[in-house]
Amino acid sequence: MTSRAWVFGDDIDTDVLAPGLYMKGPIEVLATHCLEAVDPNFAAAVKLGDVVIGGENFGIGSSREQAVQVLQILGIRTLIAKSFAGIFYRNALNFGVTALTCAEAEKICAGDEITVDAPNGTITNLTKNETYSCDPLPEQLMEMVALGGMVPYLEQRLRKGI
Amino acid sequence: MGQTLAEKIIAKAAGRGHVSPGEFVTCAVDLAMMHDSGGPRRVKPVLDRLGAKVWDPGKVVVISDHFVPAVDAMSAAILDLTRKWVAENNIQNFHDMQGICHVVLPERGHLSPGMFVVGGDSHSPTGGAFGCFMFGVGATDMAGVLVTGETWIKVPGTIRINIDGQLAPGVSSKDIMLHLCARIGMGGAGYQVVEFCGSAIEGLPMIERMTLCNMSAELGAQAGLIAADKTTAAYITAAGGNVGDYESWQGDRDANYLDTHLVEASSLAPHVAAPHSPANSAPVGEHSGVVIQQAYIGACTGAKLEDLHMAAAVLNGRKVASGIRLLLAPASTKTTAAAVVDGTMAILTEAGAILLPSGCGACAGYGAGILAEEEVCISSTARNFKGRMGAASSKVYLASPYTVAASAVAGHITDPREFLQKGVS
Ligand code: SF4
Repeated sequence: MTSRAWVFGDDIDTDVLAPGLYMKGPIEVLATHCLEAVDPNFAAAVKLGDVVIGGENFGIGSSREQAVQVLQILGIRTLIAKSFAGIFYRNALNFGVTALTCAEAEKICAGDEITVDAPNGTITNLTKNETYSCDPLPEQLMEMVALGGMVPYLEQRLRKGI
Repeated sequence: MGQTLAEKIIAKAAGRGHVSPGEFVTCAVDLAMMHDSGGPRRVKPVLDRLGAKVWDPGKVVVISDHFVPAVDAMSAAILDLTRKWVAENNIQNFHDMQGICHVVLPERGHLSPGMFVVGGDSHSPTGGAFGCFMFGVGATDMAGVLVTGETWIKVPGTIRINIDGQLAPGVSSKDIMLHLCARIGMGGAGYQVVEFCGSAIEGLPMIERMTLCNMSAELGAQAGLIAADKTTAAYITAAGGNVGDYESWQGDRDANYLDTHLVEASSLAPHVAAPHSPANSAPVGEHSGVVIQQAYIGACTGAKLEDLHMAAAVLNGRKVASGIRLLLAPASTKTTAAAVVDGTMAILTEAGAILLPSGCGACAGYGAGILAEEEVCISSTARNFKGRMGAASSKVYLASPYTVAASAVAGHITDPREFLQKGVS
């Protein structure tokens, strides 16, 4: 599947992803404010399967996993960044969102068409005709992400009685 | 090869003799702390879906602090759900509206050196001031802990921050952290551990040590850590906690550190971080004169008892400038009680500080004291991200309680040392 890239800079924080003002309310409303402080257009225009590209330190800030959930609600299944903040990275994998660390993330421009091969750690930029390598997901966590995250993973574990 | 303190605690929790940075291990959790925002309202649906129970209610602490006191139907419903869930799940350690979780947790004696603790909040590294390995997780991670009693971790390396000498009057550990945020960068610690050591640390009271570990989160560290000493043991004992064999929870001399940063405490000036990043910090002189509308003394970072003492040292006999509002939200009910007994509260309120409930309040943009469009605030909190404390165009400058108080008196950002030198005017 090809995906369209949305590109954001360094230090995209959890308050920009899930603004505190809307945290009390329903998650669907929160999602409409996702990233509005940096791109007021994003929530309305993003489509299922699009990919969000970040710079360094994507998801820095609070532990609120709504920061991941709103992206998921808006249709994002894959995140690519030069680096992720630690808690956000755990949260993304726990929701079954593929978060890939890619040193060449900045070569991807807004609107580029890309395909992602997460198990092998490769990203192909069809617009620019380039291929980038990224760190594959940690082997220990691949199963959990493939199952759709922590909850389905725990469900399976409880079913098996382990 | 010896081990760092963090490696020793993780090894114990993993049931291993030794762990190395980069390894993935599964750890038994000694204690899990949650608040009303990321806690029951978020973990209940997961536990219900799984039909699972809390693995050990005695190892769970719930503290309501984010939406307290309820200001509207939504926050009331969140608190109601929190209280009911705690009762249904037989959680004895529930501190309802007693203050901010990172301050209440040690205050009530829940932390001991050597513990492996998860907290459902990003400032969970605060607990590291007590020689615990404590880190923040999201609600789904927390649900996993509640069901299984364990969690996975990629063993972090340790960055040592050696702080020697003595802080000058009017300079606090908040200034050390703002300095480090500029020097190391937001996220510069790369989800490793930062361990604070050196002669300056030995002289710091627990509350000032907590500020250091608290803002390790802004450095992007997984955990902040300070090895326990007599000061730690005295605090824990007074709080009714268990110090255990605290002297054994120290890093080995021949442990491997990723990096060491040296800080000479006596050379530090008060610092201020300009919008919209804690890393945007510089000595206060760079920002002096910036006109403010609000000054905020609040949060787990900047409204503990010593923080209030700092503000009082500046405000004693002075008044907040006209047209400026100084809001004060003590970090816990115990903080308020102690500040009343020792006279601090009278100094602050006579100066014109407006007392708000103990809780996260304006720090998270949830409670009283949020900012209008274009308003400027100087704040003793830890984060000044865009829109965090209110309207998207509002601006937050971060500083120590000394600097916040001095700026409230001047009506613009100001070096607190002038006030401390002049004495009461
Ligand atoms: S006071 Fe602020 S930084 Fe501390 S836990 Fe509450 S929201 Fe987080």
